[in-house]
Amino acid sequence: MKKTADFLFEIGCEEIPAGMIAKACEEFKVILEKYLSTAGLLVEESVEVWGAPRRIVGMCKALRLKQEDSEHEVTGPPKSVAYDNVGQPTRAAVSFADKQGVPVSKLFVVNTPRGEYLAAKLVTRGRPTEAILPEILPHAVAEISWPRSMCWTTRDGMRFIRPIRWLVALLDGKPLKLELAGVRAGRESVGHRFLGKSRIPIKGVDRYEASLRKNFVLVRPEARQKKIQSELAKLAAGRGLRIHDDPLLANLVVYLNEYPTAIMGEFDPSYLELPDEILITVMRDHQKYFALHTRDGRMAPSFLAVINLDRDLKGLIRAGHERVLRARFADAKFFWQSDQKCRLADFLPKLSQVTYESRLGSYGDKVERMRQIARWFAEQWFAAAIPQASSASADRAAELAKCDLVTEMVKEFPELQGIVGGLYAEAQGEPEDVFRAVYDHYRPAGLDDKVPRNLTGCAVALADKLDALVGCIASGLLPTGSSDPFGLRRAALGVVKIILERKLPVSLSAAVSAGAKALSTNNPKIHVKPATEKQILDFILERARFVMRERLGFAYDEVNAALAAGSDDLVDAVRRMEALKAIRRTKNFEPLAVSFKRIRKIIEKAGPPENWRLPAVRVELFTEDAERKLHSAASAVAQKATSEKRAGKYREALQAIAELRPAVDRFFTDVLVMAEDEQVRRNRLTLLAELLKEFSTIADFSEIAAEEKS
Amino acid sequence: MKTKVKHEVRIRGLNFQQLIFALQKFWADAGCILQQPYDIEVGAGTMHPETFLRVLGPDPYRVAYVQPSRRPADGRYGENPNRLYKHTQLQVILKPSPADSQDLYLASLRTIGIDLKAHDVRFEEDNWESPTLGAWGMGWQVLLDGQEITQFTYFQQCGGVDLEPVSVELTYGLERIATILQGVESVFDLRWTNDHTYSQVRLGEEEQFSAYSFELADIASTRQMFELNERAAHQLLKSYPWKDNDAKRRFPVLAAYDLCLKCSHLFNLMDARGAISTTERAALIGRVRQIATRIAECYIDQSASRAAECAEALEKGSA
Repeated sequence: MKKTADFLFEIGCEEIPAGMIAKACEEFKVILEKYLSTAGLLVEESVEVWGAPRRIVGMCKALRLKQEDSEHEVTGPPKSVAYDNVGQPTRAAVSFADKQGVPVSKLFVVNTPRGEYLAAKLVTRGRPTEAILPEILPHAVAEISWPRSMCWTTRDGMRFIRPIRWLVALLDGKPLKLELAGVRAGRESVGHRFLGKSRIPIKGVDRYEASLRKNFVLVRPEARQKKIQSELAKLAAGRGLRIHDDPLLANLVVYLNEYPTAIMGEFDPSYLELPDEILITVMRDHQKYFALHTRDGRMAPSFLAVINLDRDLKGLIRAGHERVLRARFADAKFFWQSDQKCRLADFLPKLSQVTYESRLGSYGDKVERMRQIARWFAEQWFAAAIPQASSASADRAAELAKCDLVTEMVKEFPELQGIVGGLYAEAQGEPEDVFRAVYDHYRPAGLDDKVPRNLTGCAVALADKLDALVGCIASGLLPTGSSDPFGLRRAALGVVKIILERKLPVSLSAAVSAGAKALSTNNPKIHVKPATEKQILDFILERARFVMRERLGFAYDEVNAALAAGSDDLVDAVRRMEALKAIRRTKNFEPLAVSFKRIRKIIEKAGPPENWRLPAVRVELFTEDAERKLHSAASAVAQKATSEKRAGKYREALQAIAELRPAVDRFFTDVLVMAEDEQVRRNRLTLLAELLKEFSTIADFSEIAAEEKS
Repeated sequence: MKTKVKHEVRIRGLNFQQLIFALQKFWADAGCILQQPYDIEVGAGTMHPETFLRVLGPDPYRVAYVQPSRRPADGRYGENPNRLYKHTQLQVILKPSPADSQDLYLASLRTIGIDLKAHDVRFEEDNWESPTLGAWGMGWQVLLDGQEITQFTYFQQCGGVDLEPVSVELTYGLERIATILQGVESVFDLRWTNDHTYSQVRLGEEEQFSAYSFELADIASTRQMFELNERAAHQLLKSYPWKDNDAKRRFPVLAAYDLCLKCSHLFNLMDARGAISTTERAALIGRVRQIATRIAECYIDQSASRAAECAEALEKGSA
């Protein structure tokens, strides 16, 4: 008799939002595997889950048909009570056997820590899988998490992302007795809405994909993706065009269609006078079309659409899509022209009517704060001899940055904020420095996004983000858990990315103070307490640590060691981290780090420094050669290290410090720090404390986790 | 080839009023009561009491009606081929939501001459929300060749009340569907009848109401009217007799709702006129919603007590 069989479970739905399907599938796979393995039904095969707009389907090629029997021991009364003095079972033994449903003769004695006890072996018969699945599947389905779920019959009915309309649940080709959301599971699936049959008998996992394909459903996402990619590429190549790269859209169309087919359409070349950004956004966001470029990189007056049919039977679909696009472009062109009837700066007064955040005033207020902070950055950089830094440009760009929020174009295409302002500023003759800064100032939008192209853009972007961080955190809007409605984590990440990628000299604490000052001198005039400034700084540093680890590839302890030695200048901290990373694998370094850790522990144990610290090390108090040697070696190394460090040669400085190792080792071998004589002891402690302080300015070595010696 | 296709559509496409007839017939056959447009300015078919009030409470109901919907901010003086101060919706409520609601809807598209194998029809996520009515639902916008033609919603909440049972709301955008059926670029070129165009019937109205909404509506008096209607609604609702069943039956919840609709329209008018700042916007929407949620409460209480009376009468009758 066969032990395993295939299992297929299709949840048939009304159209699930395309952006949610892939994640739901990943989740459902984990959930199913959890339930099936907990029930002891999974053999070696894992579960596979596919998703399409109207279905999520879980499959397993080999599921145990029955749980294995399991044995376990139950202990009963102590042996002393269970048998009388002639070795006959007492009433206690008999009733234990009865209760466990085994004959008295099958009872046996086990040794336990508490003595000898009577025990029985119980066998739990494995249950058939066909009985278990109907119990676990409803729980598994309910466990899929959705951003928001709905009811479609009554309140106490099932909640899901969209109504469930059919279920296929087959074990070994036989339907399971399962009901969910008022739908009884069967063996019939449903084909494509318009091209397939509405009842498709399914035999099992093996022929499932083919049966659906015959009915114009490509149930496997990869199959749809392949069809889309090859058809798009073919259509574009046929015209010598290149598809505008858009991985998000490419992924979305995979989940918008059960039988995707690419078609090409055209639009009037006169619309090409609109900026590319606007054309592409109209096509992508509103219509889910792929834009096309000519070989020389210009926009082509054509687009690619993915339809949910096998072909455009009568040419009506192409004509329809072209008509819709025409109307969209006509609107965009109208906005482009009507917004520019006045100059970008003329929108400023309107910004005072738009609330930024109720506690933080209007966008008009925010702009004033941003101008002040942006100017501050530019002045800092100018003082640091960066010639492109211009306070006037930063001020102008910050002034214009938010104006596009009240334009018709951004009201229609909110995702173009910043970009539209930049384009208008350019069209209206603002200098390149300014219009690019306006264009870029929302950047970076995430970990993978680019930072602003020019320095003025960096100043405005930093000002925008810092103002958000300072304002929100000062108003008690620190993000908690996964909720971050004001995007503060992204803002902090942006601050870190801009500083690091453009290698900008910025004192983080001074920048936070500049943000706090802007908040207290402009509306809504909130005073930021020093403790809050510290909180803001820590919030930004937390993101910095993340970027340094995940993005720049530093180890946890390298980040900690370098930041412990100073975290105000992130660019400098990264340089120190690089030096540390380069040198830590050399012979002397990690052993030295171990010694430094030891030094720190000794000093911590010694209690408050005022109890022992001498004003300076006193050579005359040395009793051992080793401490004398360490002292002189340290002085020599310190001199060398300091000069290297001043020259920015952190690696060389660290190398010099590493040379201290023999002296330190010898010190610990020969010298007892906690000497009997108080003065000698205090002198030794002072020596160590100075050592630690002197040599922890590049990185705090005691943070370094030395590799375990194996 | 391409011109031939267009020609074919032009011959076959229903004119505007035939489209309305066909859809009304379809939904009447599907068991809907055919209602008439509401006689007060509304921004959407949802605001007709046949939707807003009927979806509340437990009683099954199916209704369909045409609802001209006024959106002052969307007016374009009749110059934009696709935007209108007043467009025409066909609204369908199916309560409770049947399991085959999508199929029914698609069948309605077939009856108006849409070949579903020759057009790209899809259901794309779009969760509908009306903050002024305290109403929201989950569903889709239905796209035909990339054009939104219908809002398809499983109504979850209305007047701030969780709905039980859940209704399906279908809102057809009739002008959009007609432009596709007739193959014209501008709504103003639609044939209303075979002899009259949409422009002949409606252009003047678009021009006049655009001028009114954007230029001539008196801001101070519009605001005053908003406040008068709001006050009257609150005054009326305050007098709802929560205890006395006889007085309850006659209590004019419907009149209170009319006042609420007035407020909503006057708000839209002020908004189009540019008289409302963003901050004030949210506050005004909240004020209208407050009336709407209050009405929903009263309506539910009134219906429940009426149902209780009926049950009592029935019991007496049988005894």
